Amino acid sequence: MGNAISVQDLHFSYPPQNGGAPYPVFDGLDVNIEEGSFVAVLGHNGSGKSTLAKHCNAILLPEGGSVQVFGMDTADEAQLLEIRRTVGMVFQNPDNQMVANVVEEDVAFAPENLGVPSEEIRKRVDDALKTVGMYDYRSHAPHLLSGGQKQRIAIAGVIAMQPRCIVLDEPTAMLDPHGREDVIRTIETLNRENGITVVLITHHMTEAIRADRVIVMQEGRILTDGTPKEVFTQVELLRSAGLEVPATTQIIYELNKAGLSLPLDALSTEECAHVLYETLKT
Amino acid sequence: MLKDITLGQYFPGNTIVHRLDPRTKLLMTLLYIVALFLCKWFVSYGLMLVFLITAVALSRIRPKALFKGLKPLLVIIVFTAVINLFYTDGRVLAEFWIFKITVEGIQNAFFLVLRIMLLVMGTFLLTYTTSPIALTDGLESLLSPLKKIHFPVHELAMMMSIALRFIPTLIEETDKIISAQKARGADFETGNIFRRAKALIPILVPLFVSAFRRADELATAMECRCYHGGEGRTKLKQLHYHTRDVLCLLLGLALLAGVIVLRHFTL
Repeated sequence: MGNAISVQDLHFSYPPQNGGAPYPVFDGLDVNIEEGSFVAVLGHNGSGKSTLAKHCNAILLPEGGSVQVFGMDTADEAQLLEIRRTVGMVFQNPDNQMVANVVEEDVAFAPENLGVPSEEIRKRVDDALKTVGMYDYRSHAPHLLSGGQKQRIAIAGVIAMQPRCIVLDEPTAMLDPHGREDVIRTIETLNRENGITVVLITHHMTEAIRADRVIVMQEGRILTDGTPKEVFTQVELLRSAGLEVPATTQIIYELNKAGLSLPLDALSTEECAHVLYETLKT
Repeated sequence: MLKDITLGQYFPGNTIVHRLDPRTKLLMTLLYIVALFLCKWFVSYGLMLVFLITAVALSRIRPKALFKGLKPLLVIIVFTAVINLFYTDGRVLAEFWIFKITVEGIQNAFFLVLRIMLLVMGTFLLTYTTSPIALTDGLESLLSPLKKIHFPVHELAMMMSIALRFIPTLIEETDKIISAQKARGADFETGNIFRRAKALIPILVPLFVSAFRRADELATAMECRCYHGGEGRTKLKQLHYHTRDVLCLLLGLALLAGVIVLRHFTL
């Protein structure tokens, strides 16, 4: 399959504030996201991950190099709407991305903007709400819902555009563990069952484990890139970038340092428990 | 304390009044207000009263809720009544010190109070039975001819609906800021009016800063969802006039005509 997003030699810096020098973010970044994949992007604050997200649907435009989404150049203004329709975006704070005070009206916002006929909007809204499991709440006021529910409404609002790729910028940062799990499960369903390419920017290692591929960023560059197992076994490298490793890796890493030799790539809780169980038995 | 604001309060329901097209209800309210200001004497006021009572009964809104809406206006109502009672010239009925009560004064006061009450309750019935979204949609549709003279109708409606959407969010935020400032020892309850007004500054500044930040994020989120102004936009729920809307508007016109005719009689 081809690339959903292809970033080539990206240069970008934020304009100077208060007369200072411009703040450079990217100085020649290359990254490709394969169509249909589930990619997690990790990195410390200021590593450029949100800035990268905003390049994916032409909210920000490259100063040098290019960003292509499904073969469309984001700098091409004639294709702006098509680019934004193809690559949907979900942000951190669900409150600040809702437009209407009824759930279904909010989900309908994007198709309304695209000029979709009324009956078709109705169908898309119902489908989107069923996909995220919020159909029963369609006539509720958003401000009465929990954070996780609001974030799922925001995701529904994006999939009503029928995008081929969704970029989520720390969608779970403001949620409680329960809401976080609901949102991540929804994202997984979208990827596995609807074949939508997912780029998940996150702080939570437990979420990154569930992706097909993990990209770790530091100061606008890619520090390491690979499957979760490949990435999280590089414990020293991640720590030097100021990142945590998953609790499971942490346990095994510490045990290994104490003299055991366990496989570091037992990432999920079940795998880790199994490895420990086997060790304790002998 | 902020939870008491009843601005744009809406009681969901499925009665004929709820189901009327919002444009019909807006036009009816307009006709009703015009008729109310043309009213003279008992019969025409009686006509308006019968109309309002019928509408309220059909909408199944509890009359109590309507009277509650009158409460904040009590001072104004009493004030107008008193002024009219004492300062209308005419046949003197009773006199003491510098006050005179005239027959005309009593009449004026009575009609004015009735007029204000009918006016307020009529408009409250509109907001009680129409959701804010339907109301802005109706307004956008009614004002759409003004687009020809480049009046930003869509933008205005969009602004209204976003404002309505953010009222609960900002109220919640204000409550949070108040608690945070109180926890830092801010005092909002004592002192004279100037001191209290000054105490509001530490609430308003963070509230405004956060509102601007929200606006910025919302604008980006709207752009991400392909918002590009009102051009070529479609609607999830399209407005349609039904037979009941036509009948209702005819009734409204008849009411207005009736009131105008009754102006020529002292009944």
